[in-house]
Amino acid sequence: MKKIVLVVLIAILGINLNAQEQPNKNKKVEVEVNGVCDMCKKRIEKAAYSVKGVKSAVWHAEDQDIHLIIDETKCTVLDVEKAIAKAGHDTKDIKATDAQYAKIHGCCLYRTEAKH
Amino acid sequence: MYKIILLVMLPILSLAQSSVQGKITDSENKPITNVKITIPELNAVLLTNESGLFSLIQGNRNLLLVIEKSGFQTLEIQQSVKSDFTIQLAKTDSESNIATVNIVKKQNTLGRKQKAVTNTQNLSQGELQKAACCNLSESFETNPSIDVNFSDAVTGNKQIKMLGLTSPYILMSEENIPAIRGALQATGLNFIPGTWAESIQITKGAGSVVNGYESISGQINYELVKPQKEDPFFANVYASNDGRYELNTHFANKYSDKLSSLVLLHGNTRNIKNDMNHDGFLDNPLGKQVNILNRWQYNNVEKGIVSFLNIKYFSDEKTGGTINDNSHEMVMNPNLWTSHVNTDKIEISNKIGYVYPSMPFQSIGFQQAFQYNKMHSEFGDKVHHIHHKNYFSNLIFNSIINNTKHKFITGLNFNFDKFQEHLEANFMAEYDRIDTSIGSFFEYSYDNLNNFSFVLGARADNHNRLGLFFTPRAHVKYNPFEKTTFRFSAGRGKRASNIFAENINVLASSRDIIIKNENGKLYGLNPEIAWNYGASFIQKFYIFGKENEIVVDYYKTDFSNQIVVDLENARQVTFSNLNGKSFAESFQLEWNINLMTHLNLRTAYKYLNVKTDYATGLLDKPLQAKNRFFANIAYETHILDKGQQWKFDATFNWIGQQRLPNTLANPIEYQLSEFTPNYQLINAQITRTFSSTFEMYFGTENLGNFKQKNAIIASDNPNSPYFDSTMIYGPVFGTMYYAGIRFKIKDKKEQNQINH
Repeated sequence: MKKIVLVVLIAILGINLNAQEQPNKNKKVEVEVNGVCDMCKKRIEKAAYSVKGVKSAVWHAEDQDIHLIIDETKCTVLDVEKAIAKAGHDTKDIKATDAQYAKIHGCCLYRTEAKH
Repeated sequence: MYKIILLVMLPILSLAQSSVQGKITDSENKPITNVKITIPELNAVLLTNESGLFSLIQGNRNLLLVIEKSGFQTLEIQQSVKSDFTIQLAKTDSESNIATVNIVKKQNTLGRKQKAVTNTQNLSQGELQKAACCNLSESFETNPSIDVNFSDAVTGNKQIKMLGLTSPYILMSEENIPAIRGALQATGLNFIPGTWAESIQITKGAGSVVNGYESISGQINYELVKPQKEDPFFANVYASNDGRYELNTHFANKYSDKLSSLVLLHGNTRNIKNDMNHDGFLDNPLGKQVNILNRWQYNNVEKGIVSFLNIKYFSDEKTGGTINDNSHEMVMNPNLWTSHVNTDKIEISNKIGYVYPSMPFQSIGFQQAFQYNKMHSEFGDKVHHIHHKNYFSNLIFNSIINNTKHKFITGLNFNFDKFQEHLEANFMAEYDRIDTSIGSFFEYSYDNLNNFSFVLGARADNHNRLGLFFTPRAHVKYNPFEKTTFRFSAGRGKRASNIFAENINVLASSRDIIIKNENGKLYGLNPEIAWNYGASFIQKFYIFGKENEIVVDYYKTDFSNQIVVDLENARQVTFSNLNGKSFAESFQLEWNINLMTHLNLRTAYKYLNVKTDYATGLLDKPLQAKNRFFANIAYETHILDKGQQWKFDATFNWIGQQRLPNTLANPIEYQLSEFTPNYQLINAQITRTFSSTFEMYFGTENLGNFKQKNAIIASDNPNSPYFDSTMIYGPVFGTMYYAGIRFKIKDKKEQNQINH
């Protein structure tokens, strides 16, 4: 079931991408990313920069989001979200697994502290 | 070995792991959910859960918590995080009390830039106001990194020193345009009123290559107040008991949200003759100054354009010398001696910057400045005229390589200087010259976003007198732990010295001027070249929950060539190329403590070892204290509803003994001892803010009433060959009191926004 959803999602994304005239080399995106402190900020931004094509990544604790500028010919927002989730931080589309979440520092455990 | 590391690491690790729980309740002890807790120190925002709980890392210290929840009063509290705790929030009484309050961590007025790779300190306006008097050279009196000298009593100008070197070795820039150069190198800071400065950045050691090749011991950049941010009207009136009066008025006008202008007017005068040390000479020259700056700012955020245009004019006149002047007598009276210094300046500068809207990390900027400086000096029968025209332009491109971890700045600059100089001393000479240089620079910076960053810069310049040369600079910053910072820097500097303008005070003596001509291209001498290396270490830590900061830094400047000003023969001053070695070593230990909320103590010890090979051998630089101790204590009360506040500030300086030049050639009554005595200075200031638009201040300098004896050699016989006013190492006036007010009118629109 999950696989089917994923396939459909990717298909829709693909259509969306095709619908755009051409990939933007300096695409500005804001994505929700959960975290708490300065340590989280470093971890999140480091994860984002590990994706080739990310030119700028600034995470804001107050707004719980990351401001990205990416080269769409080299990566997608989802690639960045995956990398961030892998580092243990939930994003709008990708959640960190419990194992990944468990690896982050005690003061960064955003799930227990920020329940909306 | 591993076991030891493990043993050391374990407690740290276990400490880091354990956490404490905080609980937020209302007055009936019921938990409140979704309370926002801001911890400025950790840069964290937390929310409480359904049980009103939130967790923090345990620690043996206090944390400032800002607790906000609509319907409740906002609470700012220092909380120990040793064990679990509960905080009660009080409900707001009525609807009207529900106001959004923005609480920002109180910015230290003297902040060290944590992110900068260079060792840069930022002095905000709050810090500048601690020394209410009066121009930029005096703004550094509350800062241990910069020494403010007592210049000669005759010109009344104060010079600053960094790492034991005077202002010519510091690159000074106004909003990153080289500003105080050439004719005004030694005196220029005195012509920038303190209220004009928005902030000052002090960089110790080799600076960035972007601003040029001239910086040797450091860089000082000052930002002027900006038309867009200024209130429509600001006035500052100042008066002191030594007869100095100053008036500053600022008028800002916003034509639209894009275009704004600012007119800054400054006038000062000193019209009371003082002779507190009874040597027959004025303690401070009489004078008057008019200083005007008109700024235009155009900002277009959507298009990413920022542009400034500045037009500046000033005229300054100073008269010093004996209390009785001879200007009205036809016959020369041998007991009288006067000096006149007239300085004028016109400057037009503009800059335009463009930030690519889709790429905020990429920008291009162009800046240019034209200035005309004129200084006419007469010291007794010595005359010096200098006219200096300068054009400077700079094109800068900022961008990234792959991502913002790798940044670079590159560009070109062009500089033109035309000097016309006339000297009448023991000989008469004209020194006219034109200097042109064109250069290009590239600076790469890397930041791993965690704990390591560096900047590598280089520039190549082609100068008609300095030749084609290369200027490398490097800076490294490393944070092994969160509160520990190491910095290293190294770099080369090269400059053309304007020997008379930079040492204008030596003309206020009967010394013969001698230049050891070696057929160099600058007054027969060669350019100055030096390398500067340095390291600094900053550690922040907590004692009883109070923030402490320790700063240790060491810098060394090594001259390959320097214009040596030799005063060791009391009959003459000799300018020559360096023959041997010359260096300046500086070691500084600083300990800053936050004693209580709003009570800060800064202490510093400084050791300066500045030596030069003079004709008579390797000697300490004269009039340079080897040991100095500095302390500053500042206290402010809480700001009340309407902005009322008290601020108290006191600075203590202990200045160790200084070597005096050899005066054995003088008759016994005109000889000086080998060293000066050590002495202390205390300055203090109280500011009372009545509202956000009006405040008064009162202060005193040199509270201990220290006065230098024999400040002027042969003051009783000023036209004798023994006369010398250059041996000033301390204040001559004694205790000085001053008072002033600051008043502003705020923009109506902004006031409404604050009220609602």
